[in-house]
Amino acid sequence: MITTQDKIQAIEQFAEQVTEVEGRSLWQDARRRFFSNHAAVISLILLTLITVVSLLGPLFSQWNYDDIDWEALSDISVLGRPNIENGHYFGTDTLGRDIFVRTLQGGQISLLVGIMGSAVAIVIGTLYGAASGYIGGRVDSVMMRFLEILNSFPFMFFVIILMTLFGRHIFLIFVAIGAISWLDMARIVRGQTLSLKNKEYIEAAYACGVSTPKIILRHIVPNVLGIVVVYATLLVPNMILLESFISFLGLGVQEPMTSWGALISEGAQNMEIAVWQLAWPLAFLVVTLFCFNFLGDGLRDALDPKDR
Amino acid sequence: MFTFISKRILEAIPTLLVLITISFFLMHAAPGSPFSSERALPAEVLANINAKYHLDEPVINQYFYYLGGLLQGDLGPSFRYKDFTINELIAQSFPVSAEIGIWSFLVALILGVGCGIIAALRQNSWVDYSVMAFANLGIVLPNFVLAPLCILFFSIYNHWLPPGGWNGGAWPYLIMPVIAMSTSYIAQIARITRGSMIETMHSNFIRTAHAKGLPKHRIIFQHALRPTMLPVISYLGPAFVGIVTGSVIVDVYFGTGGIGQHFINGALNRDYSMVMGVTILVGTLTILFNAVVDILYAVIDPKIRY
Amino acid sequence: MTISKTLIASAVLAASISALQVQAADVPAGVVLADKQELVRGGGSEPATLDPQKIEGTPGSIRSKDLFEGLYNQDGDGNQIPGVATSYDVNADNTQYTFHLRKDAKWSNGEPVTAEDFVFAFTRSVDPATASPYAWFMEIPSIVNASKIIAGEADPSTLGVKALDDHTFQVTLERPVPYFVKMTSHQNMFPVPKKVVEKWGDDWTKPEHMVSNGAYKMDEWIVNEKMVFTRNQHYWNDAKTVINKVTYLPIESPNAELKRFQAGQMDLSYELPNDHYKQLLREIPDEVVVTPKLGTYYYQFNTTKAPYNDVRVRKALSYAIDRNVITKYVTGVGEIPAYSFTPEVVNDFNPETPDYATWTQKQRNQKAQALLEEAGFDKSNPLSFKLLYNTNENHKKIAIAIASMWKKTLGVQVTLENQEWKTYLETKKHQQFDVARAGWIGDYNEASTMLDLLTTTHGNNDGKYSNANYDKLLHEARTMQNPAENYNKAEAIAIEQDMAVAPIYQYTEKRLVKSYLGGYMPNPEDNVYVRDMYIIKH
Repeated sequence: MITTQDKIQAIEQFAEQVTEVEGRSLWQDARRRFFSNHAAVISLILLTLITVVSLLGPLFSQWNYDDIDWEALSDISVLGRPNIENGHYFGTDTLGRDIFVRTLQGGQISLLVGIMGSAVAIVIGTLYGAASGYIGGRVDSVMMRFLEILNSFPFMFFVIILMTLFGRHIFLIFVAIGAISWLDMARIVRGQTLSLKNKEYIEAAYACGVSTPKIILRHIVPNVLGIVVVYATLLVPNMILLESFISFLGLGVQEPMTSWGALISEGAQNMEIAVWQLAWPLAFLVVTLFCFNFLGDGLRDALDPKDR
Repeated sequence: MFTFISKRILEAIPTLLVLITISFFLMHAAPGSPFSSERALPAEVLANINAKYHLDEPVINQYFYYLGGLLQGDLGPSFRYKDFTINELIAQSFPVSAEIGIWSFLVALILGVGCGIIAALRQNSWVDYSVMAFANLGIVLPNFVLAPLCILFFSIYNHWLPPGGWNGGAWPYLIMPVIAMSTSYIAQIARITRGSMIETMHSNFIRTAHAKGLPKHRIIFQHALRPTMLPVISYLGPAFVGIVTGSVIVDVYFGTGGIGQHFINGALNRDYSMVMGVTILVGTLTILFNAVVDILYAVIDPKIRY
Repeated sequence: MTISKTLIASAVLAASISALQVQAADVPAGVVLADKQELVRGGGSEPATLDPQKIEGTPGSIRSKDLFEGLYNQDGDGNQIPGVATSYDVNADNTQYTFHLRKDAKWSNGEPVTAEDFVFAFTRSVDPATASPYAWFMEIPSIVNASKIIAGEADPSTLGVKALDDHTFQVTLERPVPYFVKMTSHQNMFPVPKKVVEKWGDDWTKPEHMVSNGAYKMDEWIVNEKMVFTRNQHYWNDAKTVINKVTYLPIESPNAELKRFQAGQMDLSYELPNDHYKQLLREIPDEVVVTPKLGTYYYQFNTTKAPYNDVRVRKALSYAIDRNVITKYVTGVGEIPAYSFTPEVVNDFNPETPDYATWTQKQRNQKAQALLEEAGFDKSNPLSFKLLYNTNENHKKIAIAIASMWKKTLGVQVTLENQEWKTYLETKKHQQFDVARAGWIGDYNEASTMLDLLTTTHGNNDGKYSNANYDKLLHEARTMQNPAENYNKAEAIAIEQDMAVAPIYQYTEKRLVKSYLGGYMPNPEDNVYVRDMYIIKH
């Protein structure tokens, strides 16, 4: 093949044109895909809104989260109903405290607990599961047996001892929730990793001498993110409800502060006589969960390395 | 297979021993004793009780007494229910929870996987949204809301079902506990199945199958279902243990007499031997079903090596 | 009331009691009974045991009243009426009681109830080998050697109880205790079948082994599901018993219990959820029954710690509690505001009203503000402390309301602290609290069951209140024929003068009772007997 001067020129010109086209990174791709998913975007907006309202909403009420409306207290099932005039937009609880403000104040705690719990699960659970599954052999055995021990362990005593040793502190809720939230996640990720391990591209990376931590982070983790995100969104409501049980044991949120879990379990006691006490916090939890759910699906689709 | 099982059994013994040891000492480190009560007992009375239950001895001695009993299959006397031993209490309550649990598990598995697959195949259509909306409600409605709602609807507004009791597991007594127990599991299984199914349908071998022109149902059931079930099975292992060991809410609201109540009350009452009994039960089941899950992995994906 | 007064005053003469009418289902003329006489009762939580000498707590206690019968029972007002004993004699210095047992009293296996069974039961209670948590109940009336036996210093056989013959049972006390006979309706003094217990040991309470002498016998016991009793054909007053079968449902949650009641699965509840009270009163007023109970709900001050060792601070905090608001709106179930430590319902003693009870809340608040300022706390130096309570919906509401009152009236900063039950008990026991919620239900219908609690050495005096005069008054009262005067002086010292605790309200027993259930007669000690009840045709 003899190449003429012209042809060389044409190729050079073409090459120049090509370099002018900007390359797209993996993350830009993901972002573009995410923002084209309407459900996910709307969810993100709603979640932001709920967060903002939780933080600022209480300013727009004449009541504080710990104020008792002594007047409404005399007959909650009548005077405690949702009412614009007396400022109880969502009604009051059995002690005459404003549900509107308490739901928003509870939202601050619950959103934090839900997100932190899931974050711990995602980080620790994914890394632990991926490492255990990928390394395999004796390490896998030991890591999995350790997980089984934690799984069966009497969690309540852990909480009670935490409380007697360190007293009550909001930070300890995260310790307690973090301690159990990642266990199932780790098992699920490990299962996926076991099957990924035999895939050609992982074997190729191994053959090329890529280090174990790098294979886990670069090749395993991105490929299990789909299931991780789905499971993490499932964890959010579980964490929010678990928080109220931890508070029952004396660790965690202290009255008069509250959380959605606490409000819902109180409201459930009175659902026939004062349905608003259950309905409002539950509605907030439902909307939040749906948002997390669609957001999770959007993220999953956007981050799916196979899907491009 | 035989080596795998025998290896797991050998591993189970030290695992359980570690679990028992940690739980035992942690439990004794918690404030309060089985016999602390609102009425502080006179010192002599308390001393007599403590002597009877060896509580006056160092914890390490109590630990070895306990292990000694355990070797003979004796979980000890209940500190709280003084007329019964832990063996009797577990033998009475575990079958109840297991029966509710197994039914709930079957319901959750069938409905959950079914919903998940349907939603995944119609991804982002109204079918997907409505099936998933239903499933999500199950997650958000905690069982302490669902249980009283069930009773209100089935027993108080309509006199269709008895509001509680067990009566040896007659079916009218089984329905509401199974509803309350299975709902959140249906939802979680559906979500995981859906996510996993979507991922599988995007993978190369399914595309190849499509390209080959295979009929859709064959693609789904012969090619896609197996890899889809992998994460579902990872979830089902611990979920199954959770479901057969019952729920305190179900036990309290429906008065079933299941084992779920013993988990919470055992710890609140500092019924040491009960806490140990249920911990060992959960530990054994967890180890057992994780082994089952690992075997199932190998069945689903023969390339998996441990 | 008159009967029990007689009981004490006429202790020397005695025996007149046998003439009194014996309680049993007293169906008024004209009432048509239902064909199916089966009762389903809410039973609270699952009882720890049904062994009478080991029972502690109400759930075990209420069930034992149907299975067993002691020397004396109680009627609807809390007065003593004959049970297994038909009468008793007492010696001149009131230390030796001789009970005459009825000859037709039988165990459910047909064997007679003998004095030997009582001797066995009383001895068993104090025997260290039984490890009974209620052993101290035998020390209260000072039965000879009870304390020594419990402490392991004497042989159980030396206890001051004796079977003179099969139907004569004698108890000897170390000092005269006027309310001894009242204590015999407590399950700790119920007889147990000697032969059966000796045969089966600790297993005798198993449903298949248990033998009892009450109107009912054990049929089925499934932990956390139900307990079924059927009629004991051998019960001496079986002819007058109407209800054939009693089922106890152990339900810990009052809300869950309410659902069972509303669905028609239960005839008599154990309690009712406070928040539902007003609604229930509107819907089923006839079925809501609230009766006073022998107990006081109060806040305890840790007197070992400044500033709660300062009576002014204690008084200020106590005065600033608006008890009317608490009882009317916060709990709202007909409790009586408490200003003294002993509830009014107690027999033979009406506590004098302390001064601060007669003031208006406004006066109390002013006084409280002045006292707190005097003690050195004001806006620039506000008092701040932790209020401890055990996790419970009701305690939580009261704590929030009172904290809010303190904040509003006194500018006090209160941090609420809830703990689960056993941790809470430990925290209180070791005085690691500032102010704590507490409650006390009397064990027998006599003021000392409450007042003893504030003596220096009492095991439940977690606030460590100590006043030598108070201790002396109560010590004297033990042997007095009419101790009411001492009790009043004691009340004046502990509450009026020292405000050792802040009484809040007197407990009530609140239950749902189907309108077709007759003969439900709760007394202050909540000794309710199913054998007194009957189901009306409906």
